[in-house]
Amino acid sequence: MSNVLVWVIWLVAALACISTGVAVISFTNPFYSALSLIGNLASLAALFLLASAEFVAAAQILVYAGAVMVMFLFVIAYLGGRADAPWAGGPRWLQLGAFIVGAAILVEVIVALATKTNGGLSDSEELARSFGSPAEIGRLFLTDHLLAFEITSIVLLVAAVGGVVLGMKSSAEDEA
Amino acid sequence: MLGPGTTWYVAVAAILFGIGTTGVILRRSPLIVLLSLEIMLNASNLALVGFSRHFATVDGQIFALSVMAVAAAEVVVGLGLIVAFTRRKMPLDVDTLTELRG
Repeated sequence: MSNVLVWVIWLVAALACISTGVAVISFTNPFYSALSLIGNLASLAALFLLASAEFVAAAQILVYAGAVMVMFLFVIAYLGGRADAPWAGGPRWLQLGAFIVGAAILVEVIVALATKTNGGLSDSEELARSFGSPAEIGRLFLTDHLLAFEITSIVLLVAAVGGVVLGMKSSAEDEA
Repeated sequence: MLGPGTTWYVAVAAILFGIGTTGVILRRSPLIVLLSLEIMLNASNLALVGFSRHFATVDGQIFALSVMAVAAAEVVVGLGLIVAFTRRKMPLDVDTLTELRG
């Protein structure tokens, strides 16, 4: 692919990413927010692909945009998707504070980037063709990062058990 | 390497993280707070992948995949809590859920 084409796709994906991110926090209907988040995750997957993280991009689409968001939409549909105005409720200073904190983190990262890198990080050497491929990731997960792999499985097991426990009918509920 | 450099990746990640933080503080519905959390986790993933490309090591991508698994676990527990709130007829508003406040 030519360099110009990569830049164009990258910028379109980045803009889509940011605009759908703003849409997620500004829609009043949670159903639309969740749909915007799917767009956000899909455009992030495009950015991952251009950063030669093929396996991460595939996992992003499968796990996030697929499984996780289907669960989100299912729960929102189950709850009836009642609208919640973003600027309703909560004290006024909290709303102002939310924007200040969001802007402060943004400024902080930009200042850190500008001071530590002298106007732009220099790129490293060319990447190998196998960089970020499923074979490479799988090899690392089963050799160097075996502990992280095993801990991940325990985390998922605990989450599954927690989900079942939270979903069980409790005695307190029967009394109510 | 083709395309934008690492600075661009980190800049987009910072913007996304700021959007996510704003959403977590601004919104009252726990569902939207969870969605904003997902944006923040994905912003960190983007920074990890960008730096993984910068240093030409796959370790950052391994970290991003682990973050993805933790995020999936977090969604399971978070959505379970929200469904439990609804079944106990508790309001879905982070401002009124103050029973455990010290």
